[in-house]
Amino acid sequence: MEILQFGFMQRAILSGVLIGLTCSILGVFLILRRDAMIGHGLAHVTFGGVALGLFLNVSPLAAAMVVAVLCSIFIIKLRERTGVHGDTAIGIVSSAGMALGIVIASVSGKFSVELFSYLFGNILAIGTVEVQVAGALAVVVLLTVILNYNDLVFVTFDHELAKTSGIKVNRLDTVLAVLTAVTVVLAMKVVGLLLVAALIVIPAATGLQLAVNFRMAIILSCLTGVVSVLGGLFSAYYLDLPASGAIVLLATVFFLFAIAAAKFPGLAGER
Amino acid sequence: MDEPGSLISVDNVSFRYGTDLVLDSISLDVRRGDFLALIGPNGSGKSTLVKCILGLLQPSQGTIRLMGQDIRDFTQWHKVGYIPQKATELDSLFPASVREIVAMGLLAGKKFPRFLGASDAKAVNDALELVGMETFTGRKIGAMSGGQQQRVFIARALASGPSALILDEPTAGVDASTQTQFYDMLDRINREKEITLVLVTHDISVVTKHVRQVACLNQNLIFHGSHEEFCSSMQATRLFGPDAHIVCHSH
Ligand SMILES: Nc1ncnc2c1ncn2[C@@H]1O[C@H](COP(=O)(O)OP(=O)(O)OP(=O)(O)O)[C@@H](O)[C@H]1O
Ligand SMILES: [Mg+2]
Repeated sequence: MEILQFGFMQRAILSGVLIGLTCSILGVFLILRRDAMIGHGLAHVTFGGVALGLFLNVSPLAAAMVVAVLCSIFIIKLRERTGVHGDTAIGIVSSAGMALGIVIASVSGKFSVELFSYLFGNILAIGTVEVQVAGALAVVVLLTVILNYNDLVFVTFDHELAKTSGIKVNRLDTVLAVLTAVTVVLAMKVVGLLLVAALIVIPAATGLQLAVNFRMAIILSCLTGVVSVLGGLFSAYYLDLPASGAIVLLATVFFLFAIAAAKFPGLAGER
Repeated sequence: MDEPGSLISVDNVSFRYGTDLVLDSISLDVRRGDFLALIGPNGSGKSTLVKCILGLLQPSQGTIRLMGQDIRDFTQWHKVGYIPQKATELDSLFPASVREIVAMGLLAGKKFPRFLGASDAKAVNDALELVGMETFTGRKIGAMSGGQQQRVFIARALASGPSALILDEPTAGVDASTQTQFYDMLDRINREKEITLVLVTHDISVVTKHVRQVACLNQNLIFHGSHEEFCSSMQATRLFGPDAHIVCHSH
């Protein structure tokens, strides 16, 4: 295939698949913990982080990473210590992050164009370093999930019960939030901040419609995520569509099929 | 290794939610092999006491020991099974089979790398058999009825070979005949497996038929004794009204 000859396309495919995988895996846990919107919230915070980076003249990606990770920990602590609901904590922190971005952009008044490019992402412009970081992240997420698989499933199933079984739930919560923050920042390049949450939520929701056990949910989620990323990239190349939009729309189509298959098991031969 | 006799010992424990005193200087001993009913009106602090015993809440005063060890140093949590109140508020999407749920408790007590050996698989099967759910192992937990889920959760607690089970109103929303089977099952677990049971309940017929000790809570511990003592005491009348016809069965 000629599409694979180009360096930019190879990098796009590699990083897209890796980030698609991490989003899909994390998404299953986040949805079941009713934390699906944390991706959305951290994306807003990342916007503030990018603006801060541009303003301070440091790497926007690095600044965003630091801000997103700190905010993810803050969200967890806020919920843990004060009993504020998860979605409320996310809502507060994400709005504050977005507000920070808007204020900084307006005060400095010069980098709006660059800032807004992060909102939509550009997977075809991904550099070698970003591919390497994405690869390293994917390895970290996979290892963390494999090493803590049973504990993560248990905590996801019932927080309190997991605690009474001696599982370090607070540590796991923080680990999951930090991994999500790092993933969101990297995924920003793939689909843009406006659509990051989709990459975390839609493949996982698709897998959950059809799965009868946990492993199957993760596998189906990964399949949906990866196929959507690849399909989106190919349609971007051949049909001249924006990759980010195509990826998310494709994932949505898979989700709709999954709903139909779950409702009418006879159609898809499921179960 | 373990202090003989006393499995759960609550010593002068108080607990506050903010400024509200919910538990006031509770002292209570549960001995090995006991079947204790923890009763009391809504809001009397039963669930709070249970959560303190499980280390989920920190008492503002007093100490709690499990198997002779202060719970702050206690590590053998898999020895104490817990069935929370409203355990059946389960996400129907949760992708786990009955077998996976039951294995969860067992796996939590293990060190890495965790997998189920032959003896673990047997423990899972035995636990499922004990609660009469052995034919449902591959089914999705979210597709089970409330009562069936409750049995699976009990199997989960049983699989890791606990010394004690703490059940917080386990039969809320369970039909009458299933309840009867359920309490017969608890009797069996208590007698045959010698597992200590603490049962939070509002069901007076259970108290008179199945349990051996009764503790009655209302911020203070207002009664603690054998079930015969309870039946003949004033407390029963005070709690359940002068018209309550309490028939005590001797074990
Ligand atoms: N999270 C909380 N925050 C503040 N107060 C609480 C909280 N949970 C319980 N309480 C209060 O503590 C008291 C004891 O509650 P608890 O749940 O222990 O009662 P209970 O005996 O289990 O009641 P029930 O029979 O209804 O289950 C109640 O007055 C309740 O209002
Ligand atoms: Mg209660």
